[in-house]
Amino acid sequence: MLENQGLKKRQFFSAQVDLSKFKEKDFEQATEDEKKQQDVMGESTTFFKDGMRRLRRNPLAMGSIVVLVLIIALIIFAPMVVPYKYSQIISVNGIRDKSAANLAPFEYSKLETQYMEETGEKLFPHIFGTDSLSRDYFIRVIYGTRVSLSVGIVASIMVLIIGLLYGSISGYFGGTIDLVMMRIVDIIYSLPDMLIIILLSVVLNETIKPLIEGTVLQSLGTNMISIFIVFGLLYWVSMARLIRGQILTIKNNEYVLAARCIGTKNGRILRRHILPNCLSVIIITTALQVPSAIFTESYLSFLGLGVSAPLTSLGSLANDARAGMQSYPLRLVIPAVAICLIVLALNLLGDGLRDAFDSKLK
Amino acid sequence: MSENEKYLLKVEHLKQYFPVRQGFKTIPLKAVDDISFAVKPGETLGLVGESGCGKTTVGRTLLRLYQPTAGRIEFDGEVLFDSGEQYDEKGKVVLGPDGKPALGKKVDVNMLPYRKQMQMVFQDPYSSLNPRMTVEDIIGEPLDVHNLYANRNERREKILGLMELVGLNAEHAMRYAHEFSGGQRQRIGIARALAVNPKFIVCDEPVSALDVSIQAQVVNMFEELQEKLGVAYLFIAHDLLIVHHISDRIAVMYLGKMMELADADELNGNPIHPYTLSLLSAVPIPDPETARKSKRIILEGDVPSPLKMPTGCPFRTRCRYATDQCAAEMPQLTDRGNGHMVACWNK
Repeated sequence: MLENQGLKKRQFFSAQVDLSKFKEKDFEQATEDEKKQQDVMGESTTFFKDGMRRLRRNPLAMGSIVVLVLIIALIIFAPMVVPYKYSQIISVNGIRDKSAANLAPFEYSKLETQYMEETGEKLFPHIFGTDSLSRDYFIRVIYGTRVSLSVGIVASIMVLIIGLLYGSISGYFGGTIDLVMMRIVDIIYSLPDMLIIILLSVVLNETIKPLIEGTVLQSLGTNMISIFIVFGLLYWVSMARLIRGQILTIKNNEYVLAARCIGTKNGRILRRHILPNCLSVIIITTALQVPSAIFTESYLSFLGLGVSAPLTSLGSLANDARAGMQSYPLRLVIPAVAICLIVLALNLLGDGLRDAFDSKLK
Repeated sequence: MSENEKYLLKVEHLKQYFPVRQGFKTIPLKAVDDISFAVKPGETLGLVGESGCGKTTVGRTLLRLYQPTAGRIEFDGEVLFDSGEQYDEKGKVVLGPDGKPALGKKVDVNMLPYRKQMQMVFQDPYSSLNPRMTVEDIIGEPLDVHNLYANRNERREKILGLMELVGLNAEHAMRYAHEFSGGQRQRIGIARALAVNPKFIVCDEPVSALDVSIQAQVVNMFEELQEKLGVAYLFIAHDLLIVHHISDRIAVMYLGKMMELADADELNGNPIHPYTLSLLSAVPIPDPETARKSKRIILEGDVPSPLKMPTGCPFRTRCRYATDQCAAEMPQLTDRGNGHMVACWNK
């Protein structure tokens, strides 16, 4: 039987496949359908989906997102619920309540208790008490957080835009352009930023004031605007350096050469090939830039260079609380904790994003 | 002109030097030094040589991805680049009355229209595809750049047609490059090169990053595509077996210079240059018995640094036939019959 099929019996120690176990029909050619089964491919995932999946698995980053969402929800919705304004001095029935200064959390002033007893109406509690000017401290912290967060985000976006443009031009074109542009960065890097901020605040105070009279910018104050200008002038340098470095490595990839070989123009190569590939680094650095901007704003406000009164920020709240630190420590602790919470959450989120999206750490 | 019309691509005295800084001095790295060859329409010219001998640079300079230092590139009867130097019959630069090279007309055209006719397939299928783009966008990019479609449907049809042409499943058009295997990625790269319907493709070691079984598939595909589309290849590789399989003619390079150029079978059967001999003797022989009998020529010493090129013939430091003449002057490529060109004084 075996000899008839031309199949030899296997020798005892041979590593050869024992053909006697197979029949001729086992060696039939695969049909097209069967061949197709071999083309197994995994589920299609994009870079973004892949990163988000990794991010979701990171408990610290997810916790930070929850904390940030809570804080943002709070600063959006709290002013709608709380009937006090950040600049409003507590008054009962239109009479200024002098006894309402320096209240402890959830404490009512004499006039307020009297009013509640008379009318039976319940007044909204002062969750964090009041400050020395009889203003509700909770709403002031909420507004302070609003200002600090928006300063952080706006400043980061400014830094991102300037740094991105500067860094990508410098990195992509290289050569003399790169050399000149990077020396400018070096010069800016060596300037003492604190000194510049103080000087700019003084100068801009004079020049900007008439320009912003009557606009939305007025409530921010000249100090705030000078902080933005300083961010725009000075803080983009590290971002520009980072993006330049990224572009220097990415532009040596063969796919950039392939694009040039096709005849793709420089602008399109930057947009389609280079920037998408350093997007992860850009997102991460921007996320990490926010806390640093908040921090800068806070300590500038603490030095008295921040937003102008009555608008407040977390830093200026802490600065105001310094005077009564012995008697009312809570007023310093609350904004300090708020700053810590935001900065910590943003830092942890930035780290999480880096772990999730930076392919070099995979 | 009749001579020119036979050739699709003609390269004369091409030089590509890269400036290298050493301390305060800037010295030229002669990656490609005075190379001349021509490619006929629909033919495959193989280009072999060891790592770092300038094969890839030749390919990239042809496509003007680098600005050539000197030389003349002619494509389809039109001059793409000419640095203006003129050469006499012995291959020496013609000097003007002031002792400097007499410069003729300089030509340096805008390459954009020619990108449609000359394309390139890259060595590494992993880094030559943008990881953030879908296959459809990768293959569609040349179509976008050269406005080769009227509407989105036509673009899609063209892309799917190209994918089918290179043996890719059209259902995978929306996938990203990292989801494909090495061989499939190389097919994507080939489809991208074919998108503009070129007459000439530089294949820069297109199979050396692939597995041996996949190499055969891809090389056969190159041949099939050539039959179908009549495209000419400059096939750069260091694997002589593959080059012999696919090429009509083979050129051998050593340290930026052309050593031998002949028909594929002629070069394999009757190699003349001592460097080609040693290269051929290094080709692994599948049959162990023949392999045991064959004698391998082992070259002594290392490849000299391209920054410190030996005078005259660059191969003389490792050549057993080297004489004083080799040190004095680089031999020109001379015809030894039937278009078998060799640059050697002694053979």
